[in-house]
Amino acid sequence: MSAPDRTPPANAPVLAVENLQVAFRAGGREHLAVQGLDLSVSRGEVVGLVGESGSGKSVTGLALMGLIDAPGRVAGGRIVFEGRDLMGLSEAELRRLRGARMAMIFQDPMTTLNPVLRVETQIVEAITAHERVSAKAARARAREALVRVGIPAPDERLGAYPHQLSGGMRQRIAIAIALLHRPALLIADEPTTALDVTIQAQILAEAQDLCAEMGTALIWITHDLAVVSGLADRLLVMYAGRVVEAGPVAEVVEAPLHPYSAGLIGSAPSRNKRGARLAQIPGLAPPLGRRPPGCAFAPRCFNVRPDCSEPPPLVRRSGREALCRYPLSETVVA
Amino acid sequence: MLTYLIQRFGQAVLTVAAMATLVFLGVYAIADPIDVLAAPDATPDERAQISRRLGLDQPLWMQFATFVWRALHGDLGRSFVYNEPAFTVILQRLPATLELAFTALFIAIALGLPLGLWAGLRAEKATDKAIMGGSILAFSLPNFWQGLMLVLIFSVTLGWLPAGGRGETVRVLGLDLGFLTLDGLRHLILPAVNLALFKLAVVIRLARAGTREAMLQDYVRFARAKGLRPARIVGVHVLKNILLPVVTVIGLEFGSMIAFAVVTETVFAWPGIGKLLIDSINRLDRPVIVAYLMLTVCLFVLINFVIDLIYAALDPRVRLAETDA
Amino acid sequence: MTPAATLPEEPVPYRADPVWRAHARAFFRSPAAGLGLVILVAVALVAALAPWITPQDPYDLASLDVMDGTQPPGSRSFAGLTYWLGTDAQGRDMLSAIVYGLRVSLVVSLSATLIAASVGSCIGVLAANAGGRLDAVLMRLVDLQLSFPAILIALVLLAAFGRGIDKVVIALVTVQWAYYARAIRAQALVERRREYMEAARALALPRTSLIFRHLLPNCLAPVIVVATMQVAHAIALEATLSFLGVGVPVTEPSLGLLIKNGYDYLLSGKYWISTFPGLALVAVIVAINLVGDRLRDVLNPRLSA
Repeated sequence: MSAPDRTPPANAPVLAVENLQVAFRAGGREHLAVQGLDLSVSRGEVVGLVGESGSGKSVTGLALMGLIDAPGRVAGGRIVFEGRDLMGLSEAELRRLRGARMAMIFQDPMTTLNPVLRVETQIVEAITAHERVSAKAARARAREALVRVGIPAPDERLGAYPHQLSGGMRQRIAIAIALLHRPALLIADEPTTALDVTIQAQILAEAQDLCAEMGTALIWITHDLAVVSGLADRLLVMYAGRVVEAGPVAEVVEAPLHPYSAGLIGSAPSRNKRGARLAQIPGLAPPLGRRPPGCAFAPRCFNVRPDCSEPPPLVRRSGREALCRYPLSETVVA
Repeated sequence: MLTYLIQRFGQAVLTVAAMATLVFLGVYAIADPIDVLAAPDATPDERAQISRRLGLDQPLWMQFATFVWRALHGDLGRSFVYNEPAFTVILQRLPATLELAFTALFIAIALGLPLGLWAGLRAEKATDKAIMGGSILAFSLPNFWQGLMLVLIFSVTLGWLPAGGRGETVRVLGLDLGFLTLDGLRHLILPAVNLALFKLAVVIRLARAGTREAMLQDYVRFARAKGLRPARIVGVHVLKNILLPVVTVIGLEFGSMIAFAVVTETVFAWPGIGKLLIDSINRLDRPVIVAYLMLTVCLFVLINFVIDLIYAALDPRVRLAETDA
Repeated sequence: MTPAATLPEEPVPYRADPVWRAHARAFFRSPAAGLGLVILVAVALVAALAPWITPQDPYDLASLDVMDGTQPPGSRSFAGLTYWLGTDAQGRDMLSAIVYGLRVSLVVSLSATLIAASVGSCIGVLAANAGGRLDAVLMRLVDLQLSFPAILIALVLLAAFGRGIDKVVIALVTVQWAYYARAIRAQALVERRREYMEAARALALPRTSLIFRHLLPNCLAPVIVVATMQVAHAIALEATLSFLGVGVPVTEPSLGLLIKNGYDYLLSGKYWISTFPGLALVAVIVAINLVGDRLRDVLNPRLSA
């Protein structure tokens, strides 16, 4: 369950997010899909961002890349990447960063690559968008990139169209593209959810190795705790648009502070005793715009108290954080 | 790819055969063929002569065989008005219509794609609404009236462009082409625009819908995440994806464009096969009408076949379908 | 107690609850559609009352004075009649000619649409109910017909049969029935699996009754939708055919023919002979499109609640 050995992260964070707010306009009003999000990622660190659908995790990833489109917008906060506040940059400057210093891959490899363009075209354009290279040199680098992610017969694959390749291979190509310019940060939005379980494990391992090799920080967004617990150094748990718990992965998994994290961990199938009923968190996450005042998790919390109807404070404990008025003690696990 | 083409070719041949049968039945079996094939003022002697020459006293199946035989040799009767083989008469005027139709097609695509793309990118904003409103007008108003308005505005009121006729032509490879001369171009613009308007509206709507859909796709998001310039994203990624449906529809509509040339050629006195058809109808020159029908059918089938080819070339999924595991 | 004795001869055919009021209200929420409807009603009234409200009967040759030919709008005749929209080459008052022309255009396109809708619906429903080879053959026919441009088919038919209002109607019907057949067949295929059809079949009702009393009336929604689009097409097509000189005869000109007659004068600056009938034609088509679009939106089950 522990991450493999590699160089310890440097001191200055590659990414420092403060109080990020992302709003969406629906039905004439604006609702906050993400609020009060603080996040910092150091060089080479792997951060897992966990939450159910609707928790705002994908929105967070897109916001970091500056890819939030109408009807959404980044409504507040600071995103400091490699020392620059992304909020103050023009679209042209952001474009120079995207793909070169920060990259993102998405969930569905079937739709990430353009079906009517060859693989080679899609890799080469990612190269030439940021560097002046000859067509030959670009092609050679594209080939190298395929080799690097372990794709056999790279020359054939370059000339192929996406639909001729398997899902796993397509995702590998997406990763190859993302890592072309050795970015400082890679954001992976559920990249293995749409793949076979066996391929999942492979891609996971490969992504981890590549990032370690290049010193690329990795933010792995997923709803699957099992996936991320073997991969990440730190874990952030999101619920209803906020980070409800953050800390080193081993500590969060062994002894969660927030009742939601405890619920997530407890409901993972691997933790279940054979034959016993799978534990569930009762109820549903509140939809956008219908979040209760105070703690958003209160209606479903097994540890709820009367004053949980007040907004919960951020509790800090030895390198860990929890957004809870009554965080679970180290010995309590659901 | 080869099996696909052979299949399509076979279908094409079948359709032509079916239509030939229909035309034959229409002319020979239902109507009195003499009425169709002899001039209205022919004397009974002439009629008897024609009847013998065309073998109308033969059994029907034999007449059909002769009909097909003649048709394959390009003999579709003789025009009353021009006193030449109907086929020749039509063939002489075909280049004019094709020039018009291809120019109109070019205009429809060259204008329609960018406008539709633009409308799709600015969806729901003023630009989009203006373009869509214009396209609705172009689509629903009668073609001939649009032509009339074009003449009224550009010829009569502004005096910029001529109101009819073809203008100077140059002989290239045995064909008289007008667009190679300035005068010819001036005469070509208005009728080509008129013919293009319907299709322009269709292309705009297709391109707009396709663009809106494409912009929501993951591959556009991924392209942005790669840091590609918007020009490249729209110009390569989106465009290539919307080309396919646009080309298919437009290609299929090209045939109807040739049919609609009838109206445009009448309004602008353009000497093509459309005008020939109307004149022939009014002058009861029926062999020409029959010849026109057969030619149009063949043209339609040919166009559909070419579209299938282009479709296969543009969509790699079709082309490679048979070679995949 | 024998069940047969208590069953009626034939059950009352199933009809979904009419929701006309709700639809009407939704319809009028669009000012453009309301405007379109007003224009249409006005046009229909004017056309219907033509003989009584026009200042001149344009087809009574005795009342025409060729000396008044091609007078510009607003000029007056010797008899003191104001030619509000000018006159044509024969001295006909354009206003009257347009009103009568509207009449012919409307009558031709509406009757063609009605007949095409009826014929097409019957065929479509028959095809859907019969299934198998009859269905396949009929649909092949529909596809074949729809793959050829309407104007070509109409031209050929009129070339063969000559001019005349009835022939124009037949040509229009031939061109349009296929749209209705296809639309109603799709609906009928769905409807015939519904319970009321099962019940009717279980009672061994005669086939014609099954199809025409029970199935057909419940498949009319798509027919209305198609009709709203096709009426405008019919008017435009009829006008085009008349403009080309193969449509209605000279004695009963429609708007298309009027436009044709005025075309030559257009080039010499006497615009009113073509332009005003053209504007009338366009106004009617635009109004129909506005009404039709709105009607389609209102009747679309996916858009309404």
